[in-house]
Amino acid sequence: MAPASDLGSAPVPALRSDDHVRGAPGAPLVVVYGDFTCPRCAVAWERLRDAPVRVAFRHFALRAKHPRAVALAHAAEAAAAQGAFWPMAASLWGDQGRIDDPHLWERCAQLGLDVDRFEADRRSPAVADRVRRDVHEGLRAGVAATPTLFAGDGAAGRPGPPDAEFLAALAI
Amino acid sequence: MAIIAPGTRVPDFRLARSDGEPFTQEDLRGTTTVLVFYPFAFSPVCTDQLQVYDEVVGEIRGQGAEIYGVSTDPTYSQQAFKDKLGVSIEQLSDFEPKGAAARAFGAYFEPGGMTNRALVVVGPDQVVRWSHLAANPGELPGVNLIFDGLAATAA
Repeated sequence: MAPASDLGSAPVPALRSDDHVRGAPGAPLVVVYGDFTCPRCAVAWERLRDAPVRVAFRHFALRAKHPRAVALAHAAEAAAAQGAFWPMAASLWGDQGRIDDPHLWERCAQLGLDVDRFEADRRSPAVADRVRRDVHEGLRAGVAATPTLFAGDGAAGRPGPPDAEFLAALAI
Repeated sequence: MAIIAPGTRVPDFRLARSDGEPFTQEDLRGTTTVLVFYPFAFSPVCTDQLQVYDEVVGEIRGQGAEIYGVSTDPTYSQQAFKDKLGVSIEQLSDFEPKGAAARAFGAYFEPGGMTNRALVVVGPDQVVRWSHLAANPGELPGVNLIFDGLAATAA
């Protein structure tokens, strides 16, 4: 018999210390599974950036989605190693047309990052493992499109960028 | 239309592979098979679906199962869809008579004249082990459900 799979259904994991989180600690939490090549994720970022919420980002970078999806997820993790996850995320979502390696080096320079360290980190097994972990957990939680938003304990994932109704419900 | 229930032997059916060759109930013999019924090649939700399912094709095969996409699109459209997405999931066409196989599995959406969004796991003995029909054709079942279905098959 084939070995049991570990991709069966499981709840979305609770917030953990190595999640990428921004926003006021007391604000309502939204966990976003997303991808830096995804235009709908860029829209979600536009709507969440200044909303009175706390956002946790997890990778949902699929090989078949875009040739650079996984590469950009690794790049964001490499920036995170230098304390610049959100600035890199904002940079990538702000301009999704320039995502080749020289463009990434340019972004690093603009953000004041050490490019040599970035280059080493984005190819490291630790970064690959981290991205794979997020994707794996997203798959188990039923994520099937980007972005998918989870708000509140045990709530089902909601595909698509947040609309005004979603944000208003969070504020209650 | 109710989706085919676990414990039911698959009906006789005839789909077309990308090269036009037939794919019938006999092709299910000996291998656990996941049939993914989806509405339309190139539509947004179906695009998301094949891209996310392709991510785990290796894990599905690792479970000793094979996976196929099924829609009423003609083979040429399915092949173009597969090529555009760069996915490896083989496509089966239910084009003529339109939707006949999907109807036999309870996976046809009459109001839309299209394949419904459904998953069916068939055992190597051609008996359905698990099935899932989405609440509506716009709802995309996660891959976790496929693995739940395969686990039920193995139990």
